[in-house]
Amino acid sequence: MAAEMLSYIERQSPVHRLTGVTKLICFIIWSSIAMLTYDTRILLCLFLFSIVIFMISKVKLKEVAFVLLFILVFLLMNNLAIYLFSPQEGVKIYGTNHVLFEMAGRYTVTMEQLFYQFNVTLKYFTVIPAALLFIVTTNPSEFAASLNRIGVSYRISYAVALALRYIPDIQRDFRTISLSQQARGIDMSRKEKLPKRIKNAASIIIPLILSSLDKIEMISNAMELRGFGKNKKRTWYRARPFQKIDIITIIIFVSILLVSLYITFHNGNRFYNPF
Amino acid sequence: MKKPVIQFKNYSFQYRSQTAATLQEINLTIYEGEKVLIVGPSGSGKSTLGHCINGLVPFSYKGNVTGSLQIVGENPKDIFSLSKKVGTVLQDPDGQFIGLTVAEDIAFALENDCTPQTQMFDKVAEVSKLVEMENYLDASTHQLSGGQKQRVSLAGVMVDDVEILLFDEPLANLDPATGKYAIELIDQIQQKTNKTVVMIEHRLEDVLHRPVDRIIVMDDGRIVSDTTPDELLASPILEQCSIREPLYVKAAKYAGCIMTPDMQPAHLDTFQVDACKAKLVDWFAKVDRPQPKAKTETILTLTEINFGYTPGRQTIHDVSFSIEKGEMVSIVGKNGAGKSTLSKLICGFEKPNSGKIYFRADDISDDTIKERATRIGMVLQNPNQMISKQMIYDEVAFGLVIRSFPEAEIKKRVLAALKICGLSPFRNWPISALSFGQKKRVTIASILVLEPEIIILDEPTAGQDFRHYTDIMEFLVELNRQGVTIIMITHDMHLMLEYTPRAIVMADGRKIADDSAVDVLADSRIVEAANLKETSLYELALRAEMEEPTQFIERFIAYDQGVRKNGS
Repeated sequence: MAAEMLSYIERQSPVHRLTGVTKLICFIIWSSIAMLTYDTRILLCLFLFSIVIFMISKVKLKEVAFVLLFILVFLLMNNLAIYLFSPQEGVKIYGTNHVLFEMAGRYTVTMEQLFYQFNVTLKYFTVIPAALLFIVTTNPSEFAASLNRIGVSYRISYAVALALRYIPDIQRDFRTISLSQQARGIDMSRKEKLPKRIKNAASIIIPLILSSLDKIEMISNAMELRGFGKNKKRTWYRARPFQKIDIITIIIFVSILLVSLYITFHNGNRFYNPF
Repeated sequence: MKKPVIQFKNYSFQYRSQTAATLQEINLTIYEGEKVLIVGPSGSGKSTLGHCINGLVPFSYKGNVTGSLQIVGENPKDIFSLSKKVGTVLQDPDGQFIGLTVAEDIAFALENDCTPQTQMFDKVAEVSKLVEMENYLDASTHQLSGGQKQRVSLAGVMVDDVEILLFDEPLANLDPATGKYAIELIDQIQQKTNKTVVMIEHRLEDVLHRPVDRIIVMDDGRIVSDTTPDELLASPILEQCSIREPLYVKAAKYAGCIMTPDMQPAHLDTFQVDACKAKLVDWFAKVDRPQPKAKTETILTLTEINFGYTPGRQTIHDVSFSIEKGEMVSIVGKNGAGKSTLSKLICGFEKPNSGKIYFRADDISDDTIKERATRIGMVLQNPNQMISKQMIYDEVAFGLVIRSFPEAEIKKRVLAALKICGLSPFRNWPISALSFGQKKRVTIASILVLEPEIIILDEPTAGQDFRHYTDIMEFLVELNRQGVTIIMITHDMHLMLEYTPRAIVMADGRKIADDSAVDVLADSRIVEAANLKETSLYELALRAEMEEPTQFIERFIAYDQGVRKNGS
């Protein structure tokens, strides 16, 4: 069900054994590299490396297939949009013009443009497996602990973790309320005109907010009665101490960062030019 | 002399937003190791009294305090120091779970105390053993059964080595068997640890399943009685404060027995039935037998309904039944047995995988939610989930306005519905000014304007005290008399016995019984399979050596309803 996608998947693997902090740091490093560089060689290496990590994690492709598909559709739309609005971007970047075949007006297909868009796609492919892995291999409570460890206040960390946790509950409430309002006659389908539909949506949102407020009052009372917010700090039951494997992993990732930064900016340009 | 742990002296409290004091001149002392029950109707101040003990009043809910309160010899300074002494178990375990897994939830208070992790592991292991949950430490709190949830929430407050355990309506939202189990669990824990236990609950008979030392009765912000259960049950105080007495006590009183504390009426096992046996038998012979309703036409039929939310996991198996026009039926069974799912299928919120649903002779299996709503109305348990307008009139009119009825017709129907629901004087009020029970009526009125022939209600009386319970149910009976067929989903065995002649019992997605409510509760096999609870009337009848115990129950109920209708 939709409520359960992108949730923690329990497995025994080296990736799961890393602490949440390590994974968070590595994920941040990983996405910074992917954002900074357009160097095809680095992106290719990172992509292959991320597939290897994915295999080590023992997470099955079909467990994340739905989200993956969703992202791929977006990626495709993104590529089409780039071509639509900036079909000669590659020529501008690489400074040469190898025409593959002619098209109307500025939409002539060039090798440079294809190579540029290939690089953009590759950037996505480098980040996607890492992002998915981070989400499905990090226990939400450990995630809160990790945020806290890297300096985020524990109140905010806990709020984030609680919010993640209550998403399925709110989805369930939304469904119940929406059905009971439909029974009273509101129409949320396309048959109704848009302004009316927006007005109708309000009759679902208001009860949803009111009943969620009840829940919030209850949970905040429960937390306060058990001492949440008493001290400046708190400890975490699920926190795990750094182990050798964590330190090694972080060292590896920092080295990758340094190496790729060096290669990327070595010739004063973020793009690798094969032409 | 025992050490006092809670001491109220001339204590009064007024919420900032209210014009009158909620607690007035409270004088109450609770001693170490005592087990005390606080009862009272809604609005009597019993919950506020509980909030004073755990510190929510005045630290979270601000207001004006006069007089003094001492907890374990100190004046409470803030909510946190108090939470080391008083552990609070709130109603509805689902709402108070904070951790994702059992172990994390138990450890929550320790985390906030900055306890080093190794100590936390030891403490969690120790406490989880006390509540017998040591094998579930890594289980997700959502997957536990009702009884296990109770254990975990108890463990979560016991890690703090508190001296006082406070239970705020521990029985709300639990099915009858789980409620009974919760009371046994509280008793066990108290005997093992000898902590002071304070319970706030209005379901007196269920709490008395295990002994309590004292019962405090509250009404209108004051303590009106503070005595032992035996003394209290022999007095007329409960009746005056409209708190429901245990049914066996009520029956004995109807039969004309004079209750005295010596008869030990607090528990059915200790109750000296012999003294009033003759009177009970006499009374039984005198009271009329209720007349069964005449058969009418069939209005709703379900045939071999199968359904599952996810493929491969079936929630409803082969359920068939039919309901006649003008019936009042309850659907009972343990949490998660498929009761609510069944009601959603009837209203078209979900589509069955196979099977047909007929309204009279029409197959309505393919009708949309909107089409079905004009024939079958559904009232959700929580009125806040249904109310979307600010004014009562607009809320009730909503379903008609959206269906573009002419103005005059809308007005006519809305006023009629408001009148039936006893809301006419309030029709121009904002909904926020209403009590919970009144909001419930608004939601019923907003369904009634569509003039459905069947109304399904999910737990119509959950969380209501006896007075409101009677009000709501009498109102439903009146509706029923006007020809509306009523189906109720409920955990309340009294409600089922008293108001619905017929009960459909669900267990694990199957219909396991479809019989008169009295017979269902007399069958121990069904009672066990569906987490129900036998009624004390049945046992009373057995102990008084009556030949037809189920007849005794039926006559008691008919008589009791007559008394309440004329009396109030």
